[in-house]
Amino acid sequence: MTQTTTNGKMTHTASLTFTVNGRPVTVDVRPSAFLAEVLREQLGLTGVKIGCNEAECGICTVLVDGAPVNSCIYPALKANGARVETIEGLARGGQLHPLQQAFIEQGAVQCGFCTPGLIMTAKALLDANPNPSEDDIKHALKDTYCRCTGYVSVIAAIKQAAGQNGHLALPETRPPLNVVGKPLPRPDAVAKVTGAAKYTDDYVFPGMLHACTLRAGIPHARIARIDTSKAKALPGVVAVLTHEDVPGAKNHGLVYADWPVLCYDKVRYVGDAVAIVAAETREIAEQALRLIEVEYEPLPVVDDPVKALAPDAPKVHESGNLLKHIHVEKGDVERGLAEADVIIEGEYETATTEHAFLEPECAIGRVTDDGRVEVYVGSQIPYADRKQIAAALGVPESQVRVIGTLIGGGFGGKEDIAGQIHVALLARATGRPVKMLYRRSESLIFHPKRHAVKFKVKVGAKRDGTFTAMRIELWGDTGAYASLGDKVMTRAATHASGPYEVPHVKIDCYAAYTNNVPAGAFRGFGVTQSCFAIESAIDELAHRLNLDPIEVRRKNALRVGSVTNTGALIRESCGLLTCIEKVADALNDDLAQAQGSWVFRRPDKPNRVYAWGFAAAYKNTGLGGGANDCSTVEVEAFSNGSVEVRTSAAEIGQGLVGVLASIAAEELGLPYERVHVLLSDTDLTPDGGPTTASRQTYVTGNAARLASIKLRQQLAAVAAEMLDAPADALTFCDGQVRAGDRAVSFAEVVQQAHAEGQSTRLSHLYEAPKTQPLGAGGDMHVAFSYAAQAALVEVNELTGEVACLKVISATDVGRAINPLALQGQIDGGIVMCIGNALTEEFIQEKGIPYTDRLARYKMPSIRHTPEIVSFIVEDAAADGPYGAKGVGEISSIPTTPAITNAIYAATGVRVRRLPVDQDWLLRTMKARRQRVNAK
Amino acid sequence: MSWNDYFMPKTLEEAARLLAAHGGRARVIGGGTDYFVDEAHQPAPEALVDVTRIADLRGIWEEEGYVVIGCGVSHAQIVASPLVQAHGAALVEACGQIGGPQVRNVATLAGNIAHALPAADGAIALLALDGEALIAWADGDAVVREWRPLPQLFRGPGQSAIDSTRQVLAALRFPVRAPSEGSAFARVMRPQGVALPIMGLAARVRLRADGAIADIRVTLGPAAPTPFRAQATEAYLRGRMLDALTLREAGEMLLGEAHPRTSPHRATAEYRREVIPVLFQEAMGRALQRAAALEVSA
Repeated sequence: MTQTTTNGKMTHTASLTFTVNGRPVTVDVRPSAFLAEVLREQLGLTGVKIGCNEAECGICTVLVDGAPVNSCIYPALKANGARVETIEGLARGGQLHPLQQAFIEQGAVQCGFCTPGLIMTAKALLDANPNPSEDDIKHALKDTYCRCTGYVSVIAAIKQAAGQNGHLALPETRPPLNVVGKPLPRPDAVAKVTGAAKYTDDYVFPGMLHACTLRAGIPHARIARIDTSKAKALPGVVAVLTHEDVPGAKNHGLVYADWPVLCYDKVRYVGDAVAIVAAETREIAEQALRLIEVEYEPLPVVDDPVKALAPDAPKVHESGNLLKHIHVEKGDVERGLAEADVIIEGEYETATTEHAFLEPECAIGRVTDDGRVEVYVGSQIPYADRKQIAAALGVPESQVRVIGTLIGGGFGGKEDIAGQIHVALLARATGRPVKMLYRRSESLIFHPKRHAVKFKVKVGAKRDGTFTAMRIELWGDTGAYASLGDKVMTRAATHASGPYEVPHVKIDCYAAYTNNVPAGAFRGFGVTQSCFAIESAIDELAHRLNLDPIEVRRKNALRVGSVTNTGALIRESCGLLTCIEKVADALNDDLAQAQGSWVFRRPDKPNRVYAWGFAAAYKNTGLGGGANDCSTVEVEAFSNGSVEVRTSAAEIGQGLVGVLASIAAEELGLPYERVHVLLSDTDLTPDGGPTTASRQTYVTGNAARLASIKLRQQLAAVAAEMLDAPADALTFCDGQVRAGDRAVSFAEVVQQAHAEGQSTRLSHLYEAPKTQPLGAGGDMHVAFSYAAQAALVEVNELTGEVACLKVISATDVGRAINPLALQGQIDGGIVMCIGNALTEEFIQEKGIPYTDRLARYKMPSIRHTPEIVSFIVEDAAADGPYGAKGVGEISSIPTTPAITNAIYAATGVRVRRLPVDQDWLLRTMKARRQRVNAK
Repeated sequence: MSWNDYFMPKTLEEAARLLAAHGGRARVIGGGTDYFVDEAHQPAPEALVDVTRIADLRGIWEEEGYVVIGCGVSHAQIVASPLVQAHGAALVEACGQIGGPQVRNVATLAGNIAHALPAADGAIALLALDGEALIAWADGDAVVREWRPLPQLFRGPGQSAIDSTRQVLAALRFPVRAPSEGSAFARVMRPQGVALPIMGLAARVRLRADGAIADIRVTLGPAAPTPFRAQATEAYLRGRMLDALTLREAGEMLLGEAHPRTSPHRATAEYRREVIPVLFQEAMGRALQRAAALEVSA
């Protein structure tokens, strides 16, 4: 069969007849279409997610004749005559499949983007093997990735669905209130397990165009000429835009506006945007990119932050390559070093790493009838998007509406502008809706990464392990643009001496521009890197002094009364010592089985050596540093007795929707299910601030709490009249308002308020306690979260292979608002940090990414999931909601040094560069053996 | 990537003739799991000829002293096949380690062999099993079929002697297991960077009644531009009784004839040389156990 497409070309189609979720379907498809495209675009089964288009991530898994396949590269026509099952077909007659139910109950749903793939892969397993072992589960799901859960809850869910007793044993937490403190399923979980949940690429508008971006492809060059005429002439192309078509601000940027919307004078990294195209189809848009002629005059490339600061280095920006010098000083470091009995010096280096959120960036722009621009996007900072879009368009912010869709993982990687401005420009240029979806290969080379950091560390201590001084220098590679580099490297610097009281500290940190892919926010925000360096140095110190590594940390740990390296007095909520004790106790129980030794062998495992390592960490909650950290939440009660909580804050899988629902339900005495949370629509929801810095539970949580309290007080006044009782004698509970034995329903109170002409919609602006900028002394942050972890590793002495088998973790979060979601954050953070230690590196050479596809970026699979023993410490923060402080990042910080310290214990080799390279480790172990034997 | 036709012939003749009719502008595709992820196919072929639905070539059977694997057979089918388990344990182990379940359900062994990568697990294992490939092509109205020894298929890294625009790799076969024979496969992966093995090694050994080695195959990769057979090591071991010392010496000999290189972002030559004897010991250990323990089934 042939058809005429809009560009006038004749295109073949072929008929595909198959069964989809039990229903016979015949559809005409392009012969080159893949199954995922046909299912998503032609049959509307958008529960089938595409993460990579290269059969790496497995989240597009559907079953063909019962067998799981990657539908993203499975030719659609190959499914002719086959029986295809997708996530949409799992629930029968409104009844969830046992796997769907178990995923919800075990908290195995977070961002939800990989959930359909995980569930379908698991379904194939259970269909073939109804009673799988944990090994069977790990074997079957080996290539279906999830970046949020760390797979612990996924394994538990599959066991539950198989009828095994796999229920997650959640760590003990304080007794719950009515709602707060209870392990409740996510409000969005059902939509996410059924495939109904919509992410940006799942939205389709009539007449929608598809857009692509021309990337520089070279790391540093002057633009001599751009000629788009041939691309514009291609049938099916509707618009081709360059910098000349940007009416407003030429640059965007969250802190510094240094990042061109479309490059005008030069390009500074391979992922720089030079031109954008909107066309009738994606294929035409991609074809048009190849017709754009750009003439470059190549410039010398700088690819290293230390080299970038040399006087003769090529300049990435006219202002020079030093983005920021950050200086932290306490006491007199020279004096402290002079007082030391022993000084440890070491150099450490961390790699650039990639968020690998499973949903690639996508944005849709459209112009409304009244001429405003709407942008649909899964963004961590909707109001910053609006501001930057409006600036580039040269219109007031009121003319732009950012509508947040569900987000398939963020981890800090969706804070900067991606396609938001481009789709707005193209929608205005064409008058039609425009979708821009990045391919994985484009996402990889475009978006800001975790900073690669080089460290020089000097630690002085007394013979008993008491620290006397730390002198630390850091060089961070912030890449071509600032992004959040200034803030990230500030956090790296202020946390560089670890969660310890050190009398004399001097830290100098340099964030430098290079021609590498920009670096910005990534869960841990600089502290992940610092923690590796300082915890390694402390471990070295403990070994040098022949002291227990735990004892050294205990001796120096921050506690109430301590003063941090920035001069802040810790007045409260410092559970670090408790975390250390919890881990030490559990570790002792484990060690008792190995005759008390941190290093041991197993008779059944020749050529393997096992060892434990230990590390501690802390991480600020909130923006701090003098920033005005605030959030507004609007709460509205409806006459049916339900409530909506509204704010623009991102749900990136961490569980914010559940936290806000719990808080509002608690304060209004409502069942959790009666609270709906609406997030991230700049027309409908007030600004909750950026979803970064582990701040949403604290800041927006407080705003939700206070808004709910205000609403309760207003309704109490109404109910007081109805019940003829004083307002302060009323209780709000179980959807009722009670005075003694008399009660009215919450709905009736709302109806009465409306009858009296009252609005039951109000908002609250919460401002976090004031903080001080670095250098001013005083509180730089509103709170810190703390953690201690011990990791057990297995090193294969014949191959250098390293596996992390077990992690004992204790985390001080102030208060567990939802222990189920909290444990998901902890498991996911630990496994992500295992990746940071053992697998993850975004490789670039002279500004050219080698990691230009997911097959070249190894992240932890279910096979990396260790046994996790988790303790929650709840040392309440006075100003946090119910005592809570940040949880999003802390668990993802200390695992790396716990692992590398364990490797040292096992092999005598000190890891100084991440990730641990088994090739290097084996050769180093051999060289060390030869040295030892020679002695 | 875009092609105008996707054919799924039901017979080998039909496949060969489709290729001939397109005069080099169509190409054979198996599971496509390698082909579709490589974005370098420009210009795309006019048509793809999917050979996984040829009725006669979708199974595994025994014929004339060989185990035959049709070109439509996936890695998952091989892993689950009692016939391959009985006669070609090395191949089962290799196919079980390629990709994840989703890839193994689609990717074919014939495709793995036709891709001709020096580190292809399936090719290394099949080479140790003295595998052969059936090549078919149209010659006028006739369709020519020819069995060729595996080594003749590999020209260089990723360079196959098979012209996928004109020829079909229709089937693979290897001799049924002799009494007192066993095989095994072992490999090391790199946890960072590229999803390709650092080193894979297969061994097949047949024992004499006195326990000495009657015959042996040792194959590995990447140790040369194509999957490599260690003939000097094999010659050294033939006729010998295997003890720890002999195994160690054979490992040394293996290092003498294999020439692994440093591949950026994958492995250093030094590391590869460290793991070759480790894999050799591991694979030999399992192959010997099987040779000693197993009797030929049916």
